[in-house]
Amino acid sequence: MRSTSIRRTGAGVAAVLLVGSVLAGCVESERDGKENTFVFAASAAPKTLDPFYASDGETFRVTRQIYEGLVGTEPGTVEPAPLLAESWTQSDDGLSYTFDLKDGVTFHDGTAFDAEAVCANFERWSATPELQQTDDKAYYYGKLFRGFATGPDADSAIYAGCSADDELTATVTLDAPFAGFIAAMSLPAFAMQSPTALEEYQDDASTSVLTTPYGTEHPTGTGPFEFASWDQGSGEVRLTPYDDYWGEAAKVDEVVVVEIDTARGRAEALRNGEIDGFDLVGPADVESLADDGFTIENRPAFNILYLALNQAQAPFDDIRVRQAIAHAIDKEAVISASMPDGTQPADQFVPELVDGHASDVPTYEYDPDLARQLLEEAGVAGTTITFNYPTNISRPYMPQPDDTFNIVRSQLEAVGLTIEPVAAEWTDYLEQVQNTPDHGIHLLGWTGDYDDPDNFLGVFFGQQSLEWGFDDAELFAAVAAPRQLATTDEQRPLYEQVNRDVMEFLPGIPLASPVPSLAFAENVEGYEASPVQDEVWNMVEITD
Amino acid sequence: MLRFVARRLLLMVPVLFGLSVLLFVWVRALPGDPARALLGERASDAGVARVNEVYGFDRPVLEQYGVYVGALLRGDLGTSIQTGRPVTSSFLEYFPATLELALAALLFAVVLGVPLGYLAARHRGGFIDSAVVSGSLLGVVTPVFFLAILLKLVFASWLGWLPSGLRQEPRLDATHVTNFYVLDGILTGEWDAAWDAVVHLVLPGIALGTIPLAIIVRITRASVAEVLDEDHVRTARAKGLAAGTISRRHVLRNALLPVMTTIGLQAGLLLSGAVLTETVFSFNGIGSYLFGAITDRDYPVLQGFILFIALVYCLINLLVDVLHGVVDPRVRVS
Repeated sequence: MRSTSIRRTGAGVAAVLLVGSVLAGCVESERDGKENTFVFAASAAPKTLDPFYASDGETFRVTRQIYEGLVGTEPGTVEPAPLLAESWTQSDDGLSYTFDLKDGVTFHDGTAFDAEAVCANFERWSATPELQQTDDKAYYYGKLFRGFATGPDADSAIYAGCSADDELTATVTLDAPFAGFIAAMSLPAFAMQSPTALEEYQDDASTSVLTTPYGTEHPTGTGPFEFASWDQGSGEVRLTPYDDYWGEAAKVDEVVVVEIDTARGRAEALRNGEIDGFDLVGPADVESLADDGFTIENRPAFNILYLALNQAQAPFDDIRVRQAIAHAIDKEAVISASMPDGTQPADQFVPELVDGHASDVPTYEYDPDLARQLLEEAGVAGTTITFNYPTNISRPYMPQPDDTFNIVRSQLEAVGLTIEPVAAEWTDYLEQVQNTPDHGIHLLGWTGDYDDPDNFLGVFFGQQSLEWGFDDAELFAAVAAPRQLATTDEQRPLYEQVNRDVMEFLPGIPLASPVPSLAFAENVEGYEASPVQDEVWNMVEITD
Repeated sequence: MLRFVARRLLLMVPVLFGLSVLLFVWVRALPGDPARALLGERASDAGVARVNEVYGFDRPVLEQYGVYVGALLRGDLGTSIQTGRPVTSSFLEYFPATLELALAALLFAVVLGVPLGYLAARHRGGFIDSAVVSGSLLGVVTPVFFLAILLKLVFASWLGWLPSGLRQEPRLDATHVTNFYVLDGILTGEWDAAWDAVVHLVLPGIALGTIPLAIIVRITRASVAEVLDEDHVRTARAKGLAAGTISRRHVLRNALLPVMTTIGLQAGLLLSGAVLTETVFSFNGIGSYLFGAITDRDYPVLQGFILFIALVYCLINLLVDVLHGVVDPRVRVS
């Protein structure tokens, strides 16, 4: 009996080995033996590789390697700089922009980049079918060009047309002034895409436009890297250098973007050598990674975290109460308790890098005695206020909301206020503070997309909202007025005045602009961090 | 047997249908709004209204249910609100990872659990027994995520013996066909990739397999101990049968019935535990996909996933019942 069972087991093992060896090699390996690979961990997979339909950083991180726009940014700043357009001029009426295009540029599919291609892109954007005219898809075009050729916002749309004057000169005409037009052209959503590839693989009318063959397998731009593969299961995107790239050729053989959703997981993967670098370093990991010899790159902050005061609720409708809260907060202490090193306190609702940031806004020094006195005057000393804050979330402008909440709470309690905390998960939280009047004070913020004060002020104070709970037609008009002007020089003083007025009115307290960090292995060189994440990896090098 | 299986399969239809109704109502009763989740901080009232209109979230619930069931009958689970990808194809991409992990955990639990439980029962009251019993108690009470973090800290961060996360080293550039990475490595003959996938399964497999291991040990021990005391075992011994034959044919075969039922029931536990384990080990399986769907109120994904899990659970239990019949002739009769 015993020998039978041994024989049986032996037969079983032999069968498994046999099946294994029969199966082995029955599918062809697709490996190509790349040596010098740059592996970068992102917090999420891209949504699509057609940047026109995206508005999230993880999609743009990948598409910036594949595509380029007419306009780029000066390295490390938010200033517009030539990219596919070598120069541009604005007409006297301010409504037309003529671009001189770079010569000798081709898309990855061999299509020439010329004025026709530029106009094809503009025409495609303007003709976006109504189905895709939602803020989760063609967000940037809809917002910045104020509508499409068709659809509910067609009347307010400002795109008039595009003409190819000669092979390398294209003129874009608008119906209304848009001073931020050139800066907006640096947004990755407005990158130039190959008209031939779009024609063949993209279907703009598709109900699943994000997952068409174009968006998942055939993204075609002019950038230093071309698409190799996107494994939906593992979330890995692989890119290889584009041989005919017009600029500086990539220094690595291959780029792999992997998805690791937690900051802790990314840090561990870097320590274990599984990846070469990652974004969105958790504030708690910055110091220990640096101590262990990893390179930390800080992005210049282009964001704002604020404490909003809901004026639809008493006592926040009283300016003295709002001033008292402003005086009660020690921003330096908030920063040291809950934000990365290098974070600067904010004194207005736009970050310092934005054109239109005013140097002389009313400020509110940390002065708990004055705060107590103001509360006394307003007759609300010792009153109870609701404080909403989000849990289990980390945003670039708010890396550790729990810690920020705790320190602000203790500062407000120190001036005699009683805090009733209301914590909520992110989605519920947004619903609560943005879509109901039922909230007191809360933490929220914004990360800028490009250099335009409207990108901050317009978002916060462009119209009446449940988030802030006030109705001030004069302020709304003042925020809208600069948008009627054709140049940023004309806009600047108006925006500076809005910033001063807002800080006088004090709808909330700007707290800080936290510095987002990236981390790299010691042998990674040439990665330049950009405030608007305009980071292209052709300069990245892996040394021995 | 066939009639039994057919009857059970038919019974699953009303169960799953009822579940689909409950699910549909339940996910919509969750607080929060998918349109707002989709747009994040960018959500303006007009933007939210437009998303609701285009995606049909503002239509009557009954009408939405009709659309949903109509698609379901055609085998279409809908499209994720967040990613715009069909739910079915996302499952096919993510589920192999979770299944691979669950199988690794189950393998660990069964291969270690049954012999340990058997040994403990044979040496009842002895040192091995008390060690196994207290060890399994510790296993049962240790939360999955705690063990996962501990294992990772010791074996990945401190000792550096095993990877701290992911399913495979990205630099290997492995070819993926079925998304079962170990199998893919074998199929393509990329042995290093197959081995790498196995290495990546060790820590998450142990973390996820520990609770099932502890349960299997305890059930096996109790079950074997009971059978050992039964008359037929005494008779077998009296007949002078070899000890090995008695333990295999007369003890284990009988004792394994409750163990098999337990293993079947563990399937649900494994799948839910996988969600936590995957999070700790950055293991891109169904867990992280589902977690995102809950926070984002991604209705089609939630509905599809839970229906799918229910189906898997029903099928596994059916399989266990069928296996019962194979192992125990007495069950076959009824």
